[in-house]
Amino acid sequence: MSLLEVEDLRVTFTTEDGPVLAVKRMSFALESGEILALVGESGCGKSVTAMSIPRLLPTSGVEIEGAVRLGGRDLTALAERDLEALRGKEISVVFQEPMTSLNPAYTVGRQIVEVLRRHERLNSRKALDRAVELLELVGIPDARRRCDSYPHQLSGGMRQRVMIAIGVACNPKVLIADEPTTALDVTIQAGVLEVIANLRDTLGTAVVLITHDLGVVAKVADRVVVMYAGRSVEEAPVDSLFAAPQHPYTMGLIDALPSSALLRGTRRLEEIPGMVPPPTSDPDECEFAARCPRASARCTSARPALKVSEAEHRVACYHPGRKEVGRVS
Amino acid sequence: MSQVGLATAAPVVRVSQGRRLRRRFLRRPMAVIGLVLVAAFVLLALVGPLVSGDPLAQDFGARLAPPSAHHLLGTDDLGRDVFARIAHGARVSLLAGVASTALAVVVGVPIGLGAGYFRGWLDSAIMRLNDVLLAFPFLIFAVGLAAILGASLRNVVLALAIAQLPSVIRITRGEALVLRDQDFVSGAVADGARPITIMFRYLLPNSLNALIVQATVAIPGAIIGEAALSFLGLGVQPPTPSWGVMLTTAQQFLAQAPQLAIFPGLMIALATLGFNLLGDGLRDVLDPRSH
Repeated sequence: MSLLEVEDLRVTFTTEDGPVLAVKRMSFALESGEILALVGESGCGKSVTAMSIPRLLPTSGVEIEGAVRLGGRDLTALAERDLEALRGKEISVVFQEPMTSLNPAYTVGRQIVEVLRRHERLNSRKALDRAVELLELVGIPDARRRCDSYPHQLSGGMRQRVMIAIGVACNPKVLIADEPTTALDVTIQAGVLEVIANLRDTLGTAVVLITHDLGVVAKVADRVVVMYAGRSVEEAPVDSLFAAPQHPYTMGLIDALPSSALLRGTRRLEEIPGMVPPPTSDPDECEFAARCPRASARCTSARPALKVSEAEHRVACYHPGRKEVGRVS
Repeated sequence: MSQVGLATAAPVVRVSQGRRLRRRFLRRPMAVIGLVLVAAFVLLALVGPLVSGDPLAQDFGARLAPPSAHHLLGTDDLGRDVFARIAHGARVSLLAGVASTALAVVVGVPIGLGAGYFRGWLDSAIMRLNDVLLAFPFLIFAVGLAAILGASLRNVVLALAIAQLPSVIRITRGEALVLRDQDFVSGAVADGARPITIMFRYLLPNSLNALIVQATVAIPGAIIGEAALSFLGLGVQPPTPSWGVMLTTAQQFLAQAPQLAIFPGLMIALATLGFNLLGDGLRDVLDPRSH
């Protein structure tokens, strides 16, 4: 049994313009101590997938189907009270926007203490000592003094470290990081990613890392799920994904990555033609077909299932593999 | 790890926020005048009655006397010292203004926070009722309530508090509505915070500036309200000194002793002007969005 299992997850938003099928059918598993990256373009449903794990989506106008199991316990069946006890304690979330994600009215130390007292019932002094430890753990120098800083006194990278410290304060089993480095300077990103990787090593926290940046994936992830139009189209260990991508969409993503060859001018930046289809219908076809250089009649007649192509590598495509299609470098 | 930390270390900014706000406040002459007036009013209310003597003691030899060394502001129709009555009246005014506003805040803020945070039918119900109450002008509403409750200082405070409630609820709800969609509130939910925690530790502290400004502006309204109710005979009852009661008496002697109306009238004007100037100054300093 995996630590976290998401099975046949479907998320539908009711809007004035009809239902929006944000997640059409997602299944994946997260093992203990693993960093799993959820990758895809904007609007592919990766954030919605992640937020539906601790059920942080709005309660009205949203329908969630399928199962989410943490250590065998089905979270979709839990009452709000039980979810409150679970959030921040067993599953934590780090959001994209460090500039606005901290309470401006309190010092960062107090905000960490607050979570500790809520879930761990520590007294103030013990909680404060633990807060200092946590700030040291996420690489904030002079941690004891920083506890007295207000969020507006810290830089974006520092705030994101504080967010991560709050996230792991109660030693959660799962940390969901939703684009944790997207809002940060490139020079700061590496440090924050290193913090996340270190936490996995020291605390054994399993991480669901949501990103559209394959550079980030290559740096820290163990395994990758590539999402397209509300479904996973490819799932593989990170090395295998980069060495031998199977889905044409994944190849497109990798080719769209800026490289040093690009800087030297020996290669042009590739892009994937077309746009993500609107999430209003769920046709029985490969939804990438319209943008795919390999698309055949078969692709639009029935949806390809996610099938094992080689060890631990699964792909949903009728024409998988790194066959020569002219644009693969 | 420490290597990583050093790369992003910025010096801790040690600018005291309090000192910066104080400097900004002191640069506004009107705000400072307001603060001085309010301070003088509070001082008069607290210390005045201790030095002024008995506001009920009658000096039959000096009725309707003009200001003199013996009676600083003269005496009224019953020979009572006007300064003593002004000083004791300040106490009533301050109590009515501050206590009713405080009561309205204590009751209204949780309601406004709840309505703004939970939204839904509860919010709709509260706000429609609130709109109905807001449709009554403040003083008319207070007069009606005081008439129902009966005339006494306690009931004046109660009536003024209830009359202030709708605007406190509306402002708090507005703040809660804006704040509930902020990232740090979503973050608190993700950390397992309960609604009650979110309301009082996330929404309330961050609406405090707006609420302080609102309270400072509400107090002079309540002071005028107390004076008006007492003037109409719905508030503090004679012989207890209140500026409103003093004005009622003064009406009959306007020709012989205009100072009987001028002094309490001036006090009401100065006290409310002080709070209003202070409120405007605080708004400029604390709540820059409201422009």
